[in-house]
Amino acid sequence: MLVEAGHFALALALGLSLIQFIVPLWGARTNDPVLMGVAPASALAVLACIGFAFLALTTAYITSDFSVLNVVENSHSTKPLIYKISGVWGNHEGSMLLWVLILALFGAVVAVSKNTVPVRLQANTLAVQAAITVAFLLFILIASNPFTRITPVGEGQDLNPLLQDPGLAIHPPLLYIGYVGFSITFAFACAALIDGRIDAVWARIVRPWTLGAWSFLTLGIAMGSYWAYYELGWGGWWFWDPVENASLMPWLAGTALLHSTVVMEKRDALKVWTILLAILTFSLSLLGTFLVRSGVLTSVHSFAVDPARGSFILGILVAFIGGSFALFAWRAPLLRQGGLFAPVSREGALVVNNLFLATACATVFIGTLYPLALEVLTGEKISVGAPFFNLTFLPLIIPLLLLLPFGQTLAWKRGNFLGTAQRLYAAMGLAIVATLALLAVTAGGPVVAPLGIGLGTFLILGSLNEIVTRSWSKGTRLAVAWRKAAGLPRSAWGTAIAHAGVGVTVIGIAATAWGVEALGTMKVGDRLKAGSYEIRLERLVPRVEANYREDVALLMVSHNGRELGNLETMKRLYVTRNMPTTEAGIMTVGLGQVYASLGEIQSDGSIGLRLYYKPLVLLIWLGALVMAAGGALSLTDRRLRIGAPARAKVPPSSVPAE
Amino acid sequence: MTRKQRRLTLIGAAGAVLAIALGLVLYAMNDTIVFFNSPADIQAKNVRPGTRFRLGGLVKPGSLQRGESQQISFEVMDAESSIVVRYRGLLPDLFREGQGVVAEGVLENPGVFRADTVLAKHDETYMPREVADALRRQGHWQGEGKASQQAK
Repeated sequence: MLVEAGHFALALALGLSLIQFIVPLWGARTNDPVLMGVAPASALAVLACIGFAFLALTTAYITSDFSVLNVVENSHSTKPLIYKISGVWGNHEGSMLLWVLILALFGAVVAVSKNTVPVRLQANTLAVQAAITVAFLLFILIASNPFTRITPVGEGQDLNPLLQDPGLAIHPPLLYIGYVGFSITFAFACAALIDGRIDAVWARIVRPWTLGAWSFLTLGIAMGSYWAYYELGWGGWWFWDPVENASLMPWLAGTALLHSTVVMEKRDALKVWTILLAILTFSLSLLGTFLVRSGVLTSVHSFAVDPARGSFILGILVAFIGGSFALFAWRAPLLRQGGLFAPVSREGALVVNNLFLATACATVFIGTLYPLALEVLTGEKISVGAPFFNLTFLPLIIPLLLLLPFGQTLAWKRGNFLGTAQRLYAAMGLAIVATLALLAVTAGGPVVAPLGIGLGTFLILGSLNEIVTRSWSKGTRLAVAWRKAAGLPRSAWGTAIAHAGVGVTVIGIAATAWGVEALGTMKVGDRLKAGSYEIRLERLVPRVEANYREDVALLMVSHNGRELGNLETMKRLYVTRNMPTTEAGIMTVGLGQVYASLGEIQSDGSIGLRLYYKPLVLLIWLGALVMAAGGALSLTDRRLRIGAPARAKVPPSSVPAE
Repeated sequence: MTRKQRRLTLIGAAGAVLAIALGLVLYAMNDTIVFFNSPADIQAKNVRPGTRFRLGGLVKPGSLQRGESQQISFEVMDAESSIVVRYRGLLPDLFREGQGVVAEGVLENPGVFRADTVLAKHDETYMPREVADALRRQGHWQGEGKASQQAK
């Protein structure tokens, strides 16, 4: 019964979204406050309906209702509760439901922030947001219904074992909040185009949304990368896989957008470009959804996936990207151009940032879509992997990172490059010293690691330098400097912290060059050494759990002869799907990790084992956490909390009943 | 700086970065792209030893041999021919005789392929149509394509 109610709630949400799409748009056109007031009310109602549908599906999962096809295909009664819940979005239908839930959530937040968003802009924005909701609700109801009933069966088919992991419980929601969060900046951009009015106030309103979405996307990508690292057992953290690229592209465009809105807010410039970026970022999010959800990546001629779904999402993609670009082409020339500015200035540096990020994003785009296009056009199958991206993406990102501290230090309007460089002498000097020292210590080792660590150090020190020079100069007492630093706007701290986070990640990535690995066949008592770390195979034990059984290799890890503790790596067999998986054994030592991955177990009791030692590897993800924390801190900045003055006074009668 | 000069600086910088990026992409396209071949393609296309490519096909039943310190060899076949693959490392969980496999590496000589990666993603990606059809005829799909599609 609840399942049918959930299905009905989705249909109701579709109707309400249609209203939210049409009525406010008309209201904004005719300047009718009552019609515009429909937008927030319906946005909240849509959220309530989709939220109910989502709860209904979750309940079906928790109670293991095996009369629902989706539950049968992706759940099992013996599965732990957390995976029953995360299983809701661990499949195609459920993840699309999560998608629209987050879409509706963002709409609702815009609906309740009426103190910060002018009424007209709010109405148009919510209308555009509703259009997206309509499209995806139609998709769910027609091609991807999670509520389909079947004749009840006794037991479910279980969730793909790779997904039975805490990582899955958090990775998709974080990623989706990021992906879908950019729908709001897209909606704001379209609303501004519809209205034909765009200024610094618009940028100030849009910036927190961009920041929020960006922070979540950063976390989501980092979480996904860590999940792949420990769950897939290959020891790598980024494979330039099309699915990963699909999330990286909106992140790059979103990062550019984040910076261009700053220019727009401060200097009333780069307007058209910012609008274009907002459209592009969400278009790339949609493209990512299409690539991952349509099955086009699994295979162009796929059979596991319903081809109708692929074409449906492609239709949505074409409609929204095409529509928004048409709107852009039509209205953008009407926008008043902002001023130009000196190339050497903070805004000039931000343009450089945008230029590099957008170009880097384009290379990822080409590398990801070229093989697909080629296969469709010629039938030739190729693969574009790490070597391509190392050759195209890195040469664009490294100069950007080198320039970052300079841009951060440059003054607005009229900067002085030499003066800026002087302010960074200390940071540059220390980074160079660190690089040279590392080169000397690790002579004969890979050169990449010291150079990369030097770059990361420069980024961190450059960010610190920015805070220090803004609060301390020669002769300032420490107490005064401390008060000054504490009094700096939180956005300044957020910027510094986020940029330092980039440095932390860069150090982590650079240090992977120092990673060592070993491969061996082992029997109980045998040892295997990778660098200064050694493992000994203690014993092999079978174990049986509720929904899988496993063979565990118990290892003793030692470093230069000193025993550090035990490590377990296993081969699991998930009984229901008869699917084997490998669980890597990971021991964190400081910021590095000892990583062991179990291979085939032979009949004579010998095992294959791959052992890695990865120094500083945790910094890769810690840096992403720091970046997101910087974004979050920026979000609490006073400037963003205090709203812009409303443009038009709204009669009290038009306040929507909420 | 006049307005015109400023605009020219901006356009110049954008042009330069784009030109560099385009150059890099074209260069990388020539150099780093890996083609996909089935065993039959190797003869048909006359692939030279030393060429790096992805090999895809079915693991020939009974061909898997394990040597010292994780040295592994197996044969990859399609409807027409087969080739020996040598690999040192751990095989992915879903590697099985009689099933599809994709390996990346270098052709040592016309009969031997030295793989440095055997793809763990065991799904229909990069599967030549004839192999896919063969797989389907033998009823080997077992819904794995679906599983891998959900995996991310």
